[in-house]
Amino acid sequence: MVELALLIVGALAFFVFPDDLGLMTSIVIMTLFVLSLSLVLGQAGIPTIGHAALYGSGAYAAGLWALHVTAEPLTGLAAGGLAGAIIAALSGLLLLRTRGLTLVMLSIAFAQVLFEIANKARGVTGGDDGLSGLTVSPVLGIFRFDFYGRTGYWYSLIVLVLSYALLRRLVASPFGLTCRGIRSDKTRMLAIGGHVYGALMTVYVTGGVFAGIAGALTAQTAQVVGLNSLSFQQSADALVMLVIGGTWTLAGALIGAPVFMVVHHIASTASPYHWLVVIGLLLILTVLYLPKGLIYLIPAGLERLRDRQGTHE
Amino acid sequence: MNLVSLLLNILLDGVAYAMILFMISVGLSISLGLMRVVNMAHGAFAMLGGYITIAVMNQMKVPFEVAVIAAIVATAIISIPLETFLIRKVYGRNELDQALLTIGIAFVVIAGVNSVTGANISVIKLPYYLNGSIDLGFRSLPTDRLVVIVLGLVVTVALWFFVERSAFGVKLRAAVDNAAMAEAVKINTSRLYVISFALGAALAALGGIAGASLLPMEPTYALKYLVLFLAVVAVGGHGTLFGSFLAAVILGIIDTATKYLAPEYSSIAFFATMLIVLAVRPQGLLGANGAKS
Repeated sequence: MVELALLIVGALAFFVFPDDLGLMTSIVIMTLFVLSLSLVLGQAGIPTIGHAALYGSGAYAAGLWALHVTAEPLTGLAAGGLAGAIIAALSGLLLLRTRGLTLVMLSIAFAQVLFEIANKARGVTGGDDGLSGLTVSPVLGIFRFDFYGRTGYWYSLIVLVLSYALLRRLVASPFGLTCRGIRSDKTRMLAIGGHVYGALMTVYVTGGVFAGIAGALTAQTAQVVGLNSLSFQQSADALVMLVIGGTWTLAGALIGAPVFMVVHHIASTASPYHWLVVIGLLLILTVLYLPKGLIYLIPAGLERLRDRQGTHE
Repeated sequence: MNLVSLLLNILLDGVAYAMILFMISVGLSISLGLMRVVNMAHGAFAMLGGYITIAVMNQMKVPFEVAVIAAIVATAIISIPLETFLIRKVYGRNELDQALLTIGIAFVVIAGVNSVTGANISVIKLPYYLNGSIDLGFRSLPTDRLVVIVLGLVVTVALWFFVERSAFGVKLRAAVDNAAMAEAVKINTSRLYVISFALGAALAALGGIAGASLLPMEPTYALKYLVLFLAVVAVGGHGTLFGSFLAAVILGIIDTATKYLAPEYSSIAFFATMLIVLAVRPQGLLGANGAKS
């Protein structure tokens, strides 16, 4: 089972890279964010480059929750998920009746407006200084967030594994089939009596929940929330991660996010512009020669894994 | 500063900005309407125009005018292999693949420019006759703004003539309306695509050079301002010349007006305008009916 493999890999990483837990935690959180994008884009075909709006909203919600309500982290996660869902519902009202370039532009515009609002609302969000001074109390009252990031890492990893388990079931269900049907041909779905708009809204809001939870995780583990969590850059990066890994199955996110972030980490210590060349070439080569993503390099023995969630026609 | 003076400034700067946006975005609109390709690398053409001008002026010590022409021609030439060997491969594939391929191209161009010039802003040194202002009697207006406006209008009219009245224009419009039928009447669509693409790139280069004081040349230019160009195309409706013009004017003036009157809200105003137009008319102001993919 993938979830078990994920736990094992995560545990291995913990023991092999004990000094890089901050980076590992970021990778785990990004994987969750990209997973939610995989649901929305890969499964339901909603081409959004504004997904960071949901992530950042979750981050700010959890941050504000910790600052003003309670430092308890699990309720903070719920706050983040709820914020993500609400913002998704709002943007969904705008986006989901359109398609193609219009949807893409609307997603960008919506996220940009949200970004600017957060920028201006210095009193609430801290503006471009960000939200800081967060404290998070121990998880379940027992596991304190320590300086080395150990608790943060395991906390995020467990949330990721549980989320993946949930999403996998969702995607394998009849609802998941509906989403993939809409992705492949909206008109046909309407013709056979599917409630397209309702299904799209449901999947988009669900994606919002998980993106919001990812945002909450980043707020709680980094104990700071910056404007970049709402930025176009963040949305674009997530998209690249998804595509590299494999857009059309959920498991693609599990590959794309770590690959991207590790390459980024290595390349940008050399020079930020070497990074751009690498990622640019990676994108070009992936689109031309590996359009279904790196996950299709996995040998046929694991075919059940990559095909079970539906492939792109 | 009295009201009339303020309004005149807004109008002047706004229209100048609009002309720049139009010149750069029109190529994007054409490639979207004609080849149905989302070309996220389009901003790179504007950027190349500016940088090649600077390079030619500095390295080869040629005058500004020559450098500009050389830059425009060079950008058009660069665009040809890009279209033929890379972008052509994603015609007909879904928008996401196209966007990602072209973003990859943009990244590589950005990295290339940065390795040559460094991360700072580079300035194009304008010749003496473009600095200063022209006295119109009742007030004087900055020369460079006026030149940009005149240039933009000339380009618009020339493009209009070209698209509406020339033989090439007829074939172009035929291919936009129905590529299969166009090919059936022996219109060479491949050649059409390359020529239009190069033309769009050349115009973008011109716009980039003309707009270098408003949108300064830096390596991240290609993606930083891409959102603006995409907004113009989306709001105007793709494949329509006049749509891009109208959208550029509306967005340009609104953006400039808010920059003058309420500078903190100028970005919100720009994107909010885009949101409102697309919410009401998803196909863009002059786009064909039905939200086109």
